This record gives sequence, C-alpha cells and structure tokens, in this order.
Amino acid sequence: MRLLTHNMLASNIKGVANGFPLKIEVGQVVEKHVDLNPEFLKNMFAKLDYKVLVEASKTMGYADLPEQAEPSMLESEDFLRKLNHALLELHLEEGALVCPETGRKFPVNKGIPNMLLHEDEV
Amino acid sequence: MKLKQLEGLLGSLEQFSNPKIEFEQYPTGPHIASRMLYTAENSFGDVSDKVVADFGCGCGTLGLAAALLGAEHVVGFDIDADSLEIARDNADELEVDMEFVQCDIRNLSWNGQIINTIVMNPPFGTRRKGADMDFLSVALKVVASESVYSLHKTTTRDHVRRTALRDCNARSAEVICELRYDVPQLYKFHKKKEVDIAVDLWRFVPQGKQ
Ligand SMILES: C[S@@+](CC[C@H](N)C(=O)[O-])C[C@H]1O[C@@H](n2cnc3c(N)ncnc32)[C@H](O)[C@@H]1O
Repeated sequence: MRLLTHNMLASNIKGVANGFPLKIEVGQVVEKHVDLNPEFLKNMFAKLDYKVLVEASKTMGYADLPEQAEPSMLESEDFLRKLNHALLELHLEEGALVCPETGRKFPVNKGIPNMLLHEDEV
Repeated sequence: MKLKQLEGLLGSLEQFSNPKIEFEQYPTGPHIASRMLYTAENSFGDVSDKVVADFGCGCGTLGLAAALLGAEHVVGFDIDADSLEIARDNADELEVDMEFVQCDIRNLSWNGQIINTIVMNPPFGTRRKGADMDFLSVALKVVASESVYSLHKTTTRDHVRRTALRDCNARSAEVICELRYDVPQLYKFHKKKEVDIAVDLWRFVPQGKQ
C-alpha cells in the first residue's frame, strides 16, 4: 500500500466521527521505483493532506520531506523527488492501519489492507 | 497502445477460480473491458496520468486496463480476499502497479478528492436487489471527483438515469454505447451455457466538479 492510498482511506466504524488519518503500524516496508511525473505530483499536491503524508512517511522510516510545503516548492526537482518517493515509492507491505478513535486495527498483509468491518461495527 | 493489443493483454488474465455466487462474481470480458477503458482514455482523457479506482475489481481487469493505458495510480476495491489475490498476481504478470483494498463498498469511508476516475462493473443486482445502485451512489457521492464509468443492464436504463441524477446528484449521465455481456454459466440456476445480456456503458460526471 502506497502512502497516496493511505492519504484517502478513513476508518469506517459505526459511531466514529473522525476516522482520518489512520495510524500506521509498520511490519515491513518495501520500495518500488516510480518514474518522476512532475505534472502528476503538482496535481496531487493540491489535493492531498500534506501533513498526514509527512507523518506517515516518518513512520515508514523516511524523514526527508520538509514539515511545511507550499506550491512554489514544486518547481524544485529535489522536492519533487522526495514527494514522489514518499507518495508512490514507499509501500507498507506488512503491518496495520489503526483507527485513530477506537484503536481498532485493520491488518495489512502482502500490501493489501483489510478494511472489512465486523457485524457490530457496521 | 492499440485497442487490439489491450484486448489481447486482458484476455491473458487469470479469472475467478471459484466464483462466489453471493458476490455476483463474473469477469468483465476483455472485449468490454478494453472498449470501456479505451473510450475513457481516447474520447475523454480520463485515464492517463490520473488516479483511478476500480470498484468491485474482482480479478482486476478494469483497473489493470487503466494501468496499461498510463494511469499513474490505480486502486482496486473488492470484498473478497481470494479475488484480490488473483488480481495482484495478474498485476505482477503484466508488470504494472495496482493497489488493492479489501472492503465492502457500501461502507467505505473516505477522505478528500484524490480519485479522478472510477471504473466499475458492479454486481448487476440479480442476487441482491439494488447492489448496482449502492456502488453508483458511493462512487458519485463519496469518491470520484471527475468521472465514473459503469456497466448496467440496458433494461434498467431509465432507472439508472433517474437514480444518478436525482438521488446521487450526478451532473450528467450519458450512455456511451450498448454492449453484449456474456455471463458464463458459472452457476447452476443458469440453464443455458452462456447468458448473453445487453448492457450499457455509462459515463457519469459527479456534481460540483468539472
Ligand atoms: C461483476 S463482478 C466484477 C468483476 C471485475 N470487473 C473483473 O473483471 O474481475 C463484481 C465484483 O464485485 C465484488 N463485490 C460484490 N459486492 C461487493 C461489495 N459490497 N463491496 C465490494 N465488492 C463487492 C465481487 O466480489 C466481484 O468481484
């Protein structure tokens, strides 16, 4: 699971008011190369929750993203590379996503998060 | 990539080994899948460099077609772990990146507007009435920011249009073409070897966006 996917998933348990962002528990992280696509990254930057990405990538062991970012930084190739790495190249292969409100764990196995709910959570 | 080439690649994919009747697991055939994604890309520019989601992705045919046509990030959602495993192997086989999430589309929780395009072949609702409209509603109201491509039985055309425009706030709902869908004889209650039904390929645009 890439951190771009993490940036859109939320906990869907009944009664949870604020299920975003899910915390990450790392078992194993893998990296896969993705060619730099500056236009795509610019579009994404406008839409994603950057703070959540910074925290998530730190949890995954990558701390090079600046804490704060603004659109003008998208002109810098150095920043684009870091963004590309954090957003698309890091994968949570094993571990869990954790509901920020209830602490319920959604397991991630072979890169696939299981967000299915138990009967009493729907 | 040429249409024929895309269809050929999709034709080589592994399909459901033990289809589960309650989830309406029948594969979106290579003919339909290739035309669906080819049209989305070449007539509307909704695929390359986009973030694409495949709802009820099964063995991944539609999402993988999007990846082959240059989508930057593709996520497939399905309720069934066995199908997702086949889909992941299909992605490895094609050497493309596709992500997967196991979930029930009906209670998907979501943040933001990152997904541009949704492609889906929802359950037609023959097992559980309204299953197709559940998918459409989540796609249009919760997740997609630019467009939704979906297949629905031609016999339900008026109902689909009304539901999309009135209940799901779609800005537009357009039938792009009518296709023949072979539902193979996977299940005992299908008497004929193959049931060939007419389906519409729809393109919806959600509200408040482009
Ligand atoms: C008609 S098949 C689509 C097949 C897929 N496009 C393919 O080519 O393999 C419908 C799919 O939706 C999935 N499904 C059914 N109900 C679901 C639900 N409530 N949430 C998520 N997936 C569901 C089934 O497991 C099945 O894979």
